Amino acid sequence: MALDLLPPIAAQIGQMILVILVAPLLIGVIRKTKARLLCRVGASIFQPYLDLWKLMVKEIVPAHNTSWIYRVAPYVVFSTTWVAAALVPTFATGLMFHGAADLVAIVGLLATARFALALAGMDVGTSFGGLGASREMMISALAEPAMLMVVFTLAMLAHTTHLAAIATFLAHQPIGLQLSLMLVFLTFIAVLLAENGRIPIDNPATHLELTMVHEAMILEYSGRHLAVIEAAAALKLVLYFSVFLCLFAPCGIVTSLESVPAILEGFVLYMAKLLLGGVALAIGETCVAKMRVFRVAEFLGAGLVLGLLAVLLLFASEGVR
Amino acid sequence: MNALCAVSGTTALLAASFVPASFFRFFSTKLLYPICVLLCLFLLAQDVSFLLSGAAPLTLVLPIGLPDIGMRLRLDSLSSFFGIVVNLGGALASFYGIGYGPHDPHHHRARPFIPIFLAAMNLVLMADDAFTFLLGWEGMSLLSWAMVVSNHQEWGNRKAGYIYLLMANFGGLVLLLGFGLLAGHGGHYGFDSIRAMDKPVWMAGLALLLALIGAGSKAGLVPLHVWLPLAHPAAPSNVSALMSGVMTKVAVYGFIRIAFDLLGTPTWWESLIVLLLGGITCVIGVLHAMLQEDLKRLLAYSTVENIGIIFIGLGLAMAFRANGMEAVAALALTAALLHVFNHSLFKSLLFFGAGAVLSGSGERNMDRLGGLIHRMPQTAVAFLIGCVSIAALPPLNGFVSEWLTFQAILLGPQLPWWGLKFAVPVIGCMLALAAALVAACFVKTYGVTFLGRPRTQAAETAHEVDIFSRTTLFILSALCLVAGIVPGFFIEALGPVTQSLVGKSMPAAESLDWFVVVPQSGSLSSYNGLALLLFILISGVVTAWFIHAFASRLTRKTSAWDCGYPAPTPLSQYGGSSFAQPVRRVFGTLLFGARDHVDMPLPGETRPAHFHVSLVDYVWTRLYVPIVQAVRYASAKIEPFQALSIRRYLMFSFFTLIVLLIVVALWH
Repeated sequence: MALDLLPPIAAQIGQMILVILVAPLLIGVIRKTKARLLCRVGASIFQPYLDLWKLMVKEIVPAHNTSWIYRVAPYVVFSTTWVAAALVPTFATGLMFHGAADLVAIVGLLATARFALALAGMDVGTSFGGLGASREMMISALAEPAMLMVVFTLAMLAHTTHLAAIATFLAHQPIGLQLSLMLVFLTFIAVLLAENGRIPIDNPATHLELTMVHEAMILEYSGRHLAVIEAAAALKLVLYFSVFLCLFAPCGIVTSLESVPAILEGFVLYMAKLLLGGVALAIGETCVAKMRVFRVAEFLGAGLVLGLLAVLLLFASEGVR
Repeated sequence: MNALCAVSGTTALLAASFVPASFFRFFSTKLLYPICVLLCLFLLAQDVSFLLSGAAPLTLVLPIGLPDIGMRLRLDSLSSFFGIVVNLGGALASFYGIGYGPHDPHHHRARPFIPIFLAAMNLVLMADDAFTFLLGWEGMSLLSWAMVVSNHQEWGNRKAGYIYLLMANFGGLVLLLGFGLLAGHGGHYGFDSIRAMDKPVWMAGLALLLALIGAGSKAGLVPLHVWLPLAHPAAPSNVSALMSGVMTKVAVYGFIRIAFDLLGTPTWWESLIVLLLGGITCVIGVLHAMLQEDLKRLLAYSTVENIGIIFIGLGLAMAFRANGMEAVAALALTAALLHVFNHSLFKSLLFFGAGAVLSGSGERNMDRLGGLIHRMPQTAVAFLIGCVSIAALPPLNGFVSEWLTFQAILLGPQLPWWGLKFAVPVIGCMLALAAALVAACFVKTYGVTFLGRPRTQAAETAHEVDIFSRTTLFILSALCLVAGIVPGFFIEALGPVTQSLVGKSMPAAESLDWFVVVPQSGSLSSYNGLALLLFILISGVVTAWFIHAFASRLTRKTSAWDCGYPAPTPLSQYGGSSFAQPVRRVFGTLLFGARDHVDMPLPGETRPAHFHVSLVDYVWTRLYVPIVQAVRYASAKIEPFQALSIRRYLMFSFFTLIVLLIVVALWH
């Protein structure tokens, strides 16, 4: 019994530590790539680690009016995002807590994190906090159903909403060329960009007043609180990349925790895919301009409709097969 | 003593306390609420023990009511489950009422009606013939109307009461027609004879539509919801909680009793109608809620949304039942019933919280509140739990029922009918959209009311409410938490209900380890609220420990930065309507004809700038206004016939007789 549990526990803890360690690296790679594409030298890919450390050793400067929500929210955001990231298989399935939450619950956990952050934005009582919170909730009101359409499509292909089972299914079953999968691929990209505040939805590097969304919410944060929130944002990006890899590039994912070389191979493959994804994101971001806030609704609405179309196709084809 | 005797006797006692409460002021102010709490707790205990024992239905015939039928009462698992919802809500509303009211001088007028209102709802649940059912149903409408107009000096409340009375009458009439259809020409109004009767398809379909309209108008299904956001907020807050959290559930009970118990297996197009109405209701309800600034009206619209979710679950259950998939039907029905229970918890909690805000600050317009978390810290905690629950966020209870509904939707492709094949994914998309919008709506509610800086003097001088209110709030918060982390127990308790209605129940909790919830036996999908909560707590503690061990602990409080331009006035904060602006712009322009009107003075002019938002409620303008106009037109045309000479009336009678004789002659 105890020996049976050992590999899942080890995989679970290893994965939780891995996602935290790799998250700033991914941000560093994206920033470095973007700098190189703009013919700048750019900071080292390890700079985000130093940034986090710098923020941690600085004092925090909360406003007079803030309540306990402001102080607790960063930890809520971080821990729910961390749990969600821990439930997504990265290089191996068969995690300890995989039964606790499926893909719908992971979407729900991210919604909890967003809820806490939006409340924290409102807590200070400034116009920017409210602006960020209100825009973030508008974007999520379209991105979350779009994400659930992706979940529905995959759940209907694999007959489960359980992410590890979906990944195993997609890695090992020949499903052929699925039109629905291609449609939700586009939807997922739109959701990934929106939920992580990337260009063209939001610009993570801006403090230009009228265009910021995520940055406006966390405008008043400083010191260790800001470090925790930044780490959570990086973690969320890793999470979305991992889900992306699970769903659309699951090849090489380790499904049995028996042999050490296989695990190592899966790990190296995962890291390579992750960093390659970061480079691709940076190239994409460099090529497009940020859109106006109210164009976001059209962008995400299109994603939502594509997702719905994918689900409808699957619903319709189910009876035919 | 038989549980049904105990329940009916206690219900009679509840009803009887109306008399001393309306004549003796001492009884009404000092004794009534404690007596209500005790009687409701007794009823609750009876219902819980009956539901958990899984006993066979009990029946009782009292020699009052219609001749030859009497008053038939029946207690089965379905009515005991809804009895738990009603009496839990009733006990807590009464307990809350003990401390409520110093700010509200009209509250005492509503007070005597509360016990008899609760009794009427219990009577609906126990009724085993159409007459008793309608007696309780109409009593419930009339008594809640009396409480809606308890503060009748305000014009808005009188209008709300009038519209409510009209809609309640309409709903009651439609239900009466439905029962008349089912009773047949023999007039068998007992539910057992209706159940046993062989019903042709058209008759079952028509009766189902009538039940859907009748019960739906009470529950608040779009487009029959127009009275709800007017009437629920007009009553005192504990009554609002009862109406929103409990009375709408009795309406859902009425629909389930007729659709699942009396009518037998439905056809697929009936379930399609229920599904579509549910989907439209949940999206329209939440969008309306998003656009409200009145705290209680926002909560009332959110009730409309939740009723939509419940009806989606019921529609799915009917569809799966029509296809003979009992296990999936049980899943969908469990999702709907669990949402009934969950919604009664968090909606009561939020209405009690709104009542606490109202008594603490005297305001219910959120644009005149703000920063209450500093002045009402305990209410703020409980209200936050309510907001997180209703926003369907894990690990609280709202998420569990939505998760189950999603799981049922995902099994939709197995349905053989094309209409449903296309409708179910669209409904799933609507549900997902509504779930995301609810989160936005309650960020707005909580953020504008409790967070930020106080916008008015009233908000600045608000005070924490009495101990009874706070206790009620915390009891409900604890129940929300428990129902969220160990949903398995609640799902198991619903087993006998689904077993009796669709013939199967969801997989029992004891066959699974670790409080896991799975939608179907053998399914790979699973959810475990307890493990999730522990997981979040552990990672939160680890994070906090790490930060406190390694990070700087220096803190310097100062004024807000706000990008360097902090505005001194608290009115520069985002308020209710400004928070809703992005959503209003994205969804509202199409669905509500929302327009922003900005009147900006030219440079040099000294008049102030103006901004206002115009919205059109299309349900009102396209559906109800034409009806009202038609009634006005018809009455204007008929009016001349009121003052004719006696000769003309005799002539009319003569011609009517002739026409009738011709009709009879042709008939034969």
